[in-house]
Amino acid sequence: MALYVINRLLAVMVVLLVISMLVFGVTQIMPGDVASTIAGQFASPEVVDAIREKLGLNDPFYVQYWRWISSVVTGDFGQSLIMERPVSALISEAFMASASLAIVSFISVTLFGILLGVWAAVRRDKLADNLVSTFTYVGISIPEFFWGIVLIMFFANYLQILPSGGVASISASPGVWLSHIILPVITLTLTLIAHVSRLTRSSMLEALDSQYVRNARAKGLPERTVIFRHALPNALMPTITVLALDVGWLIGGIVVVEVVFSYPGIGRLLMFAIERHDLPLIQASILVIALIYCLANLVADLLYAVVNPKIRYGNGE
Amino acid sequence: MASSSRSTQTAVFRSLNSKLLIGSGLLLLIAFVAIFGSWLSPYAYDQMSVLQRMKPPSSAHWFGTDELGRDVFSRTLTGAGMSIAIGFGATMLSLLVGVPLGLLSGYKRGGFDEFVMRCMDVLLSMPPIMLGLLFLAVSEPSAWKAILAVGCVYIPPTVRLTRSIALELANEEFIEAARARSESTWYILIKEILPNAWPTIAVEGSLRVTFAILLGAALSFLGMGAQPPSSEWGLMISQARPYIAQAPWIALAPGLAMCLTVIAINLFGDGLRAAIDPRSASRGH
Repeated sequence: MALYVINRLLAVMVVLLVISMLVFGVTQIMPGDVASTIAGQFASPEVVDAIREKLGLNDPFYVQYWRWISSVVTGDFGQSLIMERPVSALISEAFMASASLAIVSFISVTLFGILLGVWAAVRRDKLADNLVSTFTYVGISIPEFFWGIVLIMFFANYLQILPSGGVASISASPGVWLSHIILPVITLTLTLIAHVSRLTRSSMLEALDSQYVRNARAKGLPERTVIFRHALPNALMPTITVLALDVGWLIGGIVVVEVVFSYPGIGRLLMFAIERHDLPLIQASILVIALIYCLANLVADLLYAVVNPKIRYGNGE
Repeated sequence: MASSSRSTQTAVFRSLNSKLLIGSGLLLLIAFVAIFGSWLSPYAYDQMSVLQRMKPPSSAHWFGTDELGRDVFSRTLTGAGMSIAIGFGATMLSLLVGVPLGLLSGYKRGGFDEFVMRCMDVLLSMPPIMLGLLFLAVSEPSAWKAILAVGCVYIPPTVRLTRSIALELANEEFIEAARARSESTWYILIKEILPNAWPTIAVEGSLRVTFAILLGAALSFLGMGAQPPSSEWGLMISQARPYIAQAPWIALAPGLAMCLTVIAINLFGDGLRAAIDPRSASRGH
C-alpha cells in the first residue's frame, strides 16, 4: 500500500508539472502583451520595449518558465496586472470563498444523496422510488447555469426571500451568510445529489437482496436496524469512492455557479482574468484549481484502493 | 431452435421499451427542428424591433420578445441547430481522433501506449470546463472553436474506452489468425478490431453527446463559445440574465429547450442500453 501511495503521489506531481508548463505555454501565446498592458494605451513603443526588457519578456521560453515556476513553488504568483495587487492575496481570498461554498455543497450532497438513495431503495417501485427516479432524471438533465437562473427567478425575484447573488461574512452574521450561500449550493448540488442517490439506490438494492440481510431479518431484527446497521454500511462502499470523485465535478461546476450568482470565488476570478487578459492571474487560478482537482482525484484513488485490494497489487488501470 | 428464436423475439419486443420509444420520438422531433429551424421560425432570428421590446408571450410572439425586440420562439428554434451541432460536432471529433488512437494504443502496447496514456492522464487531470477554457482563452472565441475545445475535452475518455476494448480483443484467435496472414496493422485495426469494438463505443458516444451539448452551452454561457447575435441556447441564456426580473421568458425558452433535448438523449441512451443489456436496466443504473 505504501508503495502504491508513493507511486500515485509521484504521478500527481509529474502531472502538475506538465500542467504548469501547459498553462504557462498557453498564456504565452494568448493575444495581448503584458508589457503594453502595464504601459497603458498611450505609451510609446520605446517605453513598452523598456518594460519588456525589464520584465525579461525577451528571454527564451524556458528561462521565463523557470523564473515563473521557481517563484510559484514559494507561493509567489507575481503581481496582478489589472488589480495591481499580489496574485497570491487575490487567490487566497477567492479560494476561501470557494472553499466554504464547496464544503457546504459537499456535505449536502453526502447527506441528501445517501438519504434519497436509501429511501428509494427501501420503497422500491413505490411512489417514493418513482419520485426519486424522476428527480434524478431531471437533475442530471438541467445545466447548472439554467437551474441557477430559474432559482434566482423564483426565490429572489418572485418570492423575494433570498438574495440573487453576492456574499456575506459568516463571522458578522451567520444568517445573512447562509441566505447568500443557499441558492448557489442548491444549484451546485442538484446534479450531484441526483448522481449519488442513483448510485446509492442501486448498491442498496443489491445489499437488501443479499444473504446477510436476509439472515438479519430472519433473526427478527427490526427493519430500521436491518437497513441502517446491516445493509447501508455495505452499500456505502461504492458511494464513498464516487463522492470523492464528485469533489472534482464540484470544482468544475463552481466556475459557472460563481458567475451566475456573482459569487467572489476562484471560478469568477478566473473568468475575470481571462476577460481582461490578466496573465499572472490566469496562470495562478488555473494552477490552483488543477492542484485541488488532482488532490481530490488522488483521495478518490486511495479510497478506492483501500476498498478494493486488487488495485493495490495489480496494475492500477 | 424455433422456441429459442421466439424467445429472442419476445425479448426484443420487451426491450423496445417506453424509454427508447419516447426518447427516439423526441429526438426525431428535435432533429427536425435543428435542421429546418430557420424555415420553421416565423421571424428571422436577428430581426430587431424597437417597438416590440421585452413583450410577454402572445399569439404573435409565442415565447415573447427579447431586449432588442427579437422573437424568442424563432431564436429558440434556430438556436437548436447551433447548440446540437456543437454537441454532435464535438462528439464526432472526439471519436475521429480518440478511436484510432485508442485502437493503436491498445493493439501496439509498449512505449507508444505508455506515452499516449500518460498524455491522456494529464488532460484528464483538469476539470473538463477548465480544459475547454484553456483551449478557448488562446484566441478570440467562436462557435467553431467551442466545437474544437469540447471535442478535445472528450478525446481522453474515448481513447481510454477504445484502448481497453482493443486490449481485450488483441489476444483473440481471429486477430492472431490475421497476424499469421501477415495483414497490416491498420487492416487488423479497422477490419478486425473496430467492427467488434463499435457497439460499445457507439452507446458511450450517444450518452456523451449530452455532456458535450451541456459543456458547449456552458462555454457559450461564459462568453467563450458562440458569439452574438447568434441564438445558441447557452449564449441566449447568458444575454437574458440582466432581464430575468422583467422578462423571464427570454431565458426560460432556450433553457427548457435544452433540458428537453438532454432528457430526450438520455432516455434514448438508457433505452438503447436496456435493449442491448436488459440486466443493466433492472439494476437501475
